[in-house]
Amino acid sequence: MLATNYRGKRRIRVDKDAPMPEIRHPQDSIIKVTRTCICGSDLHLYNGNVPDTRIGSVFGHEFVGTVTEIGSEVTNIKVGDHVIVPFNIACGECIFCEQELYASCHESNAQSTALGGIFGYSHIAGGHQGGQAEYVRVPYSNVGPVVIPENMDLDDAVLLTDILPTGYQAAEMGGIQKGDTVVVFGAGPVGIMAAKCAWLFGAGRVIVIDKEEYRLDFVKKYANCEVYNFLSMDDPVRFIKQITDWLGADVCIDAVGAEAAGDALQTITGRKLLLQAGSATALQWAINSVRKGGIVSVVGVYGPTGNLVPIGNVVNKGITIRAGQASVKRLLPRLIKHVQDGIISPKELITHRIPLEEAADAYRMFSEKLDYIIKPVLIPPSVTY
Amino acid sequence: MNNEIKDHSHIKGWGVDADKKNDPTYPMQNRIDGPSKYERKSQNQQPVLQEVLHSNERPNVSAVTGLGPEPSGLSGKLRRFAFEHGEGEFSHWIPLILADRINAVEGIVNDIKDGRFPDIIKEKGWPAQWKHDKKGLIKKLAVYGAITVGTIWLLRGKGDK
Repeated sequence: MLATNYRGKRRIRVDKDAPMPEIRHPQDSIIKVTRTCICGSDLHLYNGNVPDTRIGSVFGHEFVGTVTEIGSEVTNIKVGDHVIVPFNIACGECIFCEQELYASCHESNAQSTALGGIFGYSHIAGGHQGGQAEYVRVPYSNVGPVVIPENMDLDDAVLLTDILPTGYQAAEMGGIQKGDTVVVFGAGPVGIMAAKCAWLFGAGRVIVIDKEEYRLDFVKKYANCEVYNFLSMDDPVRFIKQITDWLGADVCIDAVGAEAAGDALQTITGRKLLLQAGSATALQWAINSVRKGGIVSVVGVYGPTGNLVPIGNVVNKGITIRAGQASVKRLLPRLIKHVQDGIISPKELITHRIPLEEAADAYRMFSEKLDYIIKPVLIPPSVTY
Repeated sequence: MNNEIKDHSHIKGWGVDADKKNDPTYPMQNRIDGPSKYERKSQNQQPVLQEVLHSNERPNVSAVTGLGPEPSGLSGKLRRFAFEHGEGEFSHWIPLILADRINAVEGIVNDIKDGRFPDIIKEKGWPAQWKHDKKGLIKKLAVYGAITVGTIWLLRGKGDK
């Protein structure tokens, strides 16, 4: 089968003779992929910033597809179903899954106790092969996969695997109350969704900060929000204070993570020298821009070691920090309804449809933000719809 | 809040998920009564047919494990060493980062051994960059070229002395 194959920092190959996945556990299923996206967090892998990313890994945690085979204990789905597969691999029974913390499942990742299993996201996330391939093995198929509702566009469905739930949970974790001012750092797909979802919680004002004009133009229209380019500011924190009556925002969301630009010290030590777990510029700005007693919500992905953040200001300002990988299974029923009701249209984010065979080009384009790219979807050659 | 509540009726779905109870202690509110303890319930253990390195902060291999590449070669030795150390230790992470770099070289060697010479230009996606950003690619190659030539020149200078 066709599958992506990580060959080292910023090198992706597409193999035509990759081995077919097999059922290895009674709750496994095999899915034939019909849509798979590159996520902004895949770029951390691509750029070689996530430890224990082994050569030969298949990336991809955002995918939908049809069920071709099921294990002996799978009852939730059947062969032929077209399913949304959450990016988290969750057993549904451990102490954390019982709390609906599906991203923290304790029975899907042996390598790290900090997070549960994730498809195609290094051995830190369990070493599971990902969905940027023609076929993928899906463990715990009684828990994760959800049948795509009739009439739902596949492009909407594939963005329900991660981007929309992550953006929604970013807003939810912000504890937004009616009338609150919310600042979202990052106008990538997750930041766009976070801005859109902030309104659902009753935000009074939504502001997005980024450096890419084309992304700011998009989110301004898509999410009805104010946008500002931090390249035009001397000090983004001071600017946010200035436009929020000198108090700071009620809620700040870090939707950037480890690849943040905007601060030379963070960029050099975090992205170039790997002396910290990525560049924490967005988190630093979020902590410093939120009002005293405010909430900082973090969905940007960082590495597992450590980062330079102003923890003293967290204490002095009495800030609450809420963070987490999205609990996709918990959020799916509500978000499917929002899509069906026309409240959110995720597919509008997809700017590029690229054949799976050209994954290396797609990674380069997404990483370098070429051709006004916002969200690329990879389509396997056997899929004609 | 910084603003008065304005009319947001033009925004579809405004306030539909507003919840005054959404305070920062969620999801701890979902805790189950009684002491927390680790127990495996009905999850069957997937047969462990390949080498799985597991964190030393847990007693066992998770019920389900990934089937990604096994540790091998020098990088594999480093990975095994790393997993002797806890997740909070740099002695866990630094060897893993180093192993990744070594693994990339091992990948090239293995490809060549298998008669498959890596197509670095294609793997790096340079055709896409050439198509959409010729200037950027030329600039990048010029910088890399200058650094390479400069390094060689410096090294040769030292050698002559």
